[in-house]
Amino acid sequence: MKIVGLSGSIVGSKTRTAMDYTMESLKRQYPEAETTLIDLADYQVQFSDGRNYLDYDGDTKYVTETIMDADAIIIGTPIFQASIPATLKNIFDLLPVDAFRDKVVGMLATAGSAKHYLILEQHLKSILGYMKAQIVQTYVFIEEVDFHRKEIVNHDVLARIDRLVEDTVVLTETYQEIKQKKEDQYDF
Amino acid sequence: MEGLIIMEKYRINPDNGLEFGLYTLGDHLPNPNTGERIPAEQRIHEIIELSQLAEQAGIDFFSVGESHQDYFTTQAHSVVLSAIAQATEKIKIASSSTIISTLDPVRVYEDFATIDLISKGRAEIVAGRASRVGNFELLGYNLRDYEELYDEKFELLRKINEEEVVNWSGKYRAPLKDAHVLPRPKNGWMPIWRAVGGSPTSAVKAGYAGVPIFMAHLGGPATVFKRTVDAYREAASMNGYDPEQLPIATAGFFYAAETSQQALKELYPHINEGMKKTNGQGFPKQNFAQGVDPHNVMNIGSPQQIIEKILYQHELFGHQRYIAQMDFGGMPFDQLKRNIDIIGSEILPEIKKHTRK
Repeated sequence: MKIVGLSGSIVGSKTRTAMDYTMESLKRQYPEAETTLIDLADYQVQFSDGRNYLDYDGDTKYVTETIMDADAIIIGTPIFQASIPATLKNIFDLLPVDAFRDKVVGMLATAGSAKHYLILEQHLKSILGYMKAQIVQTYVFIEEVDFHRKEIVNHDVLARIDRLVEDTVVLTETYQEIKQKKEDQYDF
Repeated sequence: MEGLIIMEKYRINPDNGLEFGLYTLGDHLPNPNTGERIPAEQRIHEIIELSQLAEQAGIDFFSVGESHQDYFTTQAHSVVLSAIAQATEKIKIASSSTIISTLDPVRVYEDFATIDLISKGRAEIVAGRASRVGNFELLGYNLRDYEELYDEKFELLRKINEEEVVNWSGKYRAPLKDAHVLPRPKNGWMPIWRAVGGSPTSAVKAGYAGVPIFMAHLGGPATVFKRTVDAYREAASMNGYDPEQLPIATAGFFYAAETSQQALKELYPHINEGMKKTNGQGFPKQNFAQGVDPHNVMNIGSPQQIIEKILYQHELFGHQRYIAQMDFGGMPFDQLKRNIDIIGSEILPEIKKHTRK
């Protein structure tokens, strides 16, 4: 199983901190899974100009191909101006419309204010749904107060991330069984 | 009356019934069942041979596409077409499509007029905008000009067709002053079609210009594509053209076998694996299985099922030409030959019988 962690912002450190723990939890709970973390801050990704993702080069090609190649993706994102950051939206724009077909997508958000809690529910999930993702319904919402000096200090947050990781992997395994069962119906 | 002249100009005689064609994108993909890919030389020769076999089976039309990407081999599609022009005698030959946006319309016209002379009046141009856009960077164009490049160059191409001496100026090419574009096609003029992919907007643009359309589709209910046909005809009629007299061609996946199950089984891996390599995503099995539905636009199934589908589509669209794509994704040549045999002996006679006037 290929799982990609996608840290969706080039600003700040909280999302990366949460994603680092997520990847750690993933490796601890599922050492056999093949994991990759993409922190958009580490790449020069160009803005989408409408071409097929295979036609880009450099970092843009690497990032899109790695995502397209995954069975599951865990997206980490801050919330800016009551929405996802442009860097993350650009990744969606770079990918084909059905990019998340047969992929499971889990998510976590970091935010300065509890007022942003529903942004993932009402904003990110609708994008993922449009792109045909199998969405892990429960997500993790982390507030500024849960961090101290680039570490998560709220044990409840750590437990919630562990559960998000578990939910993502279990749903991926289950979805692959569903898909297999569906395909076995066809004699071709 | 003028309408009838238009149809005749496009070398279509509705009395002969629905024309049947074959098209290849010129893809060069491994056979997914063996993992092996034939050399480019062999693929090109097989395409040429396919056109000869198509002609022998009574197929009306054969076309070759242009894609500047990995896994394709007919980038110089006009060169391949000129070999086909020499190798055949009566089948109509065309591009599917020529990406006019990143070519010089003068050169394209010179090439295709020459192919028309070699083939003694059988060449046509289908000009498209590209669904794979590797050609923009390769040939030095900006993808941001995607629409405008097409519109300007397509217009120029059509102008060259209408006027032997051309005066023209535009944004993307040096101006032409009393330019004599030679050679002229056999009859001084040749059919030029607009390639239309998924977008009804593209069909509407063709309608406004009174240009025939070559509609390609992957799959889905035929009724969905009927909307594009309707939008096209409505636009044509709004601009003073008689839509009944503008030719329409449809193109899509085709595969015949003894049963629909067999057809799905033999075709699916080629489409799925081929699309993964050329588009980055496969074809979902669930959607593909729906392809055998009588109302689905993919012509996959037993010969009888395919006959019924094509006749249903003809009733729905009232089109003049159907063009089958069956060689995608490293399909072995003997399977292509078998399909051509089935088309010639079982499918064509029925299609012609029911659509001939």
